[in-house]
Amino acid sequence: MKPMKPSARTSEYLAKGMIWAAAMSVMIVLVAIIVYILIKGLPVLNFSFLTQNPYNMGRSGGIASTIVGTLYITLVAILIAVPFGIGTAFYLAEYTRENIITRIIRFSAESLAGIPSIIYGLFGFIFFVIYLGMGWSILAGGLTLAFMVLPTIIRTSEEAIRAVPQIYREASYSLGATKWQTIIKTVFPSAIQGIVNGIILSVGRCIAETAAVIFTAGSVLSMPFSLFDSTRTMAVHFYILASEGVSMENAYGTAALLIILIFVVNVGVNLLVSRFINKNQKR
Amino acid sequence: MEKTQKKIKIKVEKINLFYGTSHALGDINADIYENSITAVIGPSGCGKSTFLRLFNRMNDLIPGVTINGRILLNGENIYAKDTYVVELRKKVGMVFQKPNIFPMSIRDNVIIGPKHHGTKKKQDLDIIVERSLRQAALWDDFKDNLFKPGLSLSPGEQQRLCIARALAVEPEIILFDESCSALDPESTMRIEDLMSELSKKYTIIIVTHNMEQAARVSHMSAFFMIDDDKIGRLVEYRPTGDMFANPKDKRTEDYITGRYG
Repeated sequence: MKPMKPSARTSEYLAKGMIWAAAMSVMIVLVAIIVYILIKGLPVLNFSFLTQNPYNMGRSGGIASTIVGTLYITLVAILIAVPFGIGTAFYLAEYTRENIITRIIRFSAESLAGIPSIIYGLFGFIFFVIYLGMGWSILAGGLTLAFMVLPTIIRTSEEAIRAVPQIYREASYSLGATKWQTIIKTVFPSAIQGIVNGIILSVGRCIAETAAVIFTAGSVLSMPFSLFDSTRTMAVHFYILASEGVSMENAYGTAALLIILIFVVNVGVNLLVSRFINKNQKR
Repeated sequence: MEKTQKKIKIKVEKINLFYGTSHALGDINADIYENSITAVIGPSGCGKSTFLRLFNRMNDLIPGVTINGRILLNGENIYAKDTYVVELRKKVGMVFQKPNIFPMSIRDNVIIGPKHHGTKKKQDLDIIVERSLRQAALWDDFKDNLFKPGLSLSPGEQQRLCIARALAVEPEIILFDESCSALDPESTMRIEDLMSELSKKYTIIIVTHNMEQAARVSHMSAFFMIDDDKIGRLVEYRPTGDMFANPKDKRTEDYITGRYG
């Protein structure tokens, strides 16, 4: 074999080096952020910080009520957004050909995906909080976040559904399956990994959202008991503690827990899905 | 090849098929005989696969297809307005070009069809699994490994699993759409043996690019070719032995002697 020309070899090394440098810089920045927050925050995290309610505007005590508020709002948002989002995705991918309606839905979803979250907050405040009279509440906050993540769920699910090979659908139809059976038993199991990725992404955004939540769920520090109670999520708590200089220590503690929570959700859901897929393979 | 004096299973009557405005199949008439293998041959793009997909109405899945004419299966027009396509496809199974088994276990691949049609009991499904896998010559190799992922099988075995999956629904007719074209010669032989065996019980229609395969397994052969207006036509349709020995049409002769396509 003829050796590469020196110039070709140089550019080869150069390209490799630049790509490597880009990847490494990104990794270093990400790791640095996470490590910094964990170093600052982990010492604060202990049992009483997790189980006590905040006192004195969060200067002392723990963050128990904000953890409950965060989980509550996220749960409401995901429970609403997932069925509607997946339903819309199946409608777009399986039930219609390209027409004016699908174009409107897709265009709206894409536009909505690019809107800053504070606009959702404003909408939620005007529509849910004032017009529908929900007040600052977990329900209003959850509904607002559901609207916010809906475009993500629709788009990732639609892509996952479209990525299912057409030959699977043909095989299913050729066995005399109805459209619904084909979707439930053949398309959905093959698309589930992609759909779940979209949901995880949405959970992360719900947990981390501040602007949309302040407007719609408020920032009350007491433990919420019903859907109609106002609450303060961890992200909002962090924002207020830090921006108003209440307690940087507790702010970092909250941030560390946020990161850990998102990490746990990611790993946990992925484990669940791979178990589901394995079970489907085996049974 | 034996000459057939068999019952007519399917009657194709003056079928015309259009993709949008392009005329893909023109005035096709043919009788398909019961318990025989009919081979559909012809150069690429002549409408062979389109013709095959008429019988289980798979062409319906493609947007913009119009079909005129009638196809009588057991005397009933499958293109009648009140045909329930799902019921039709239970009677007409299909094996595709590439093995397209689902990412599930061997057993789940076999029982997915029967489950769609309402068989739920484990004992009933067990019987179906054993019967179908035996028919597809897979039982002896995999009876202890039914929960193995189907995708871990070799391509030839996967294609036989596709046959088993189709048989599990108890069809009357099985369509093979170039089902050996992605397989090695040995796997091809095994599938050809299976086809011959299955033709005792089922009516089989195959599309193939492989002249020798048509000559080896089929009783009847249908030669398709596009005419000057690019419309797919059934040029010649006769018992395979006769057609390969003395093709009546010049185009058939050119094709099977390898001067075309």
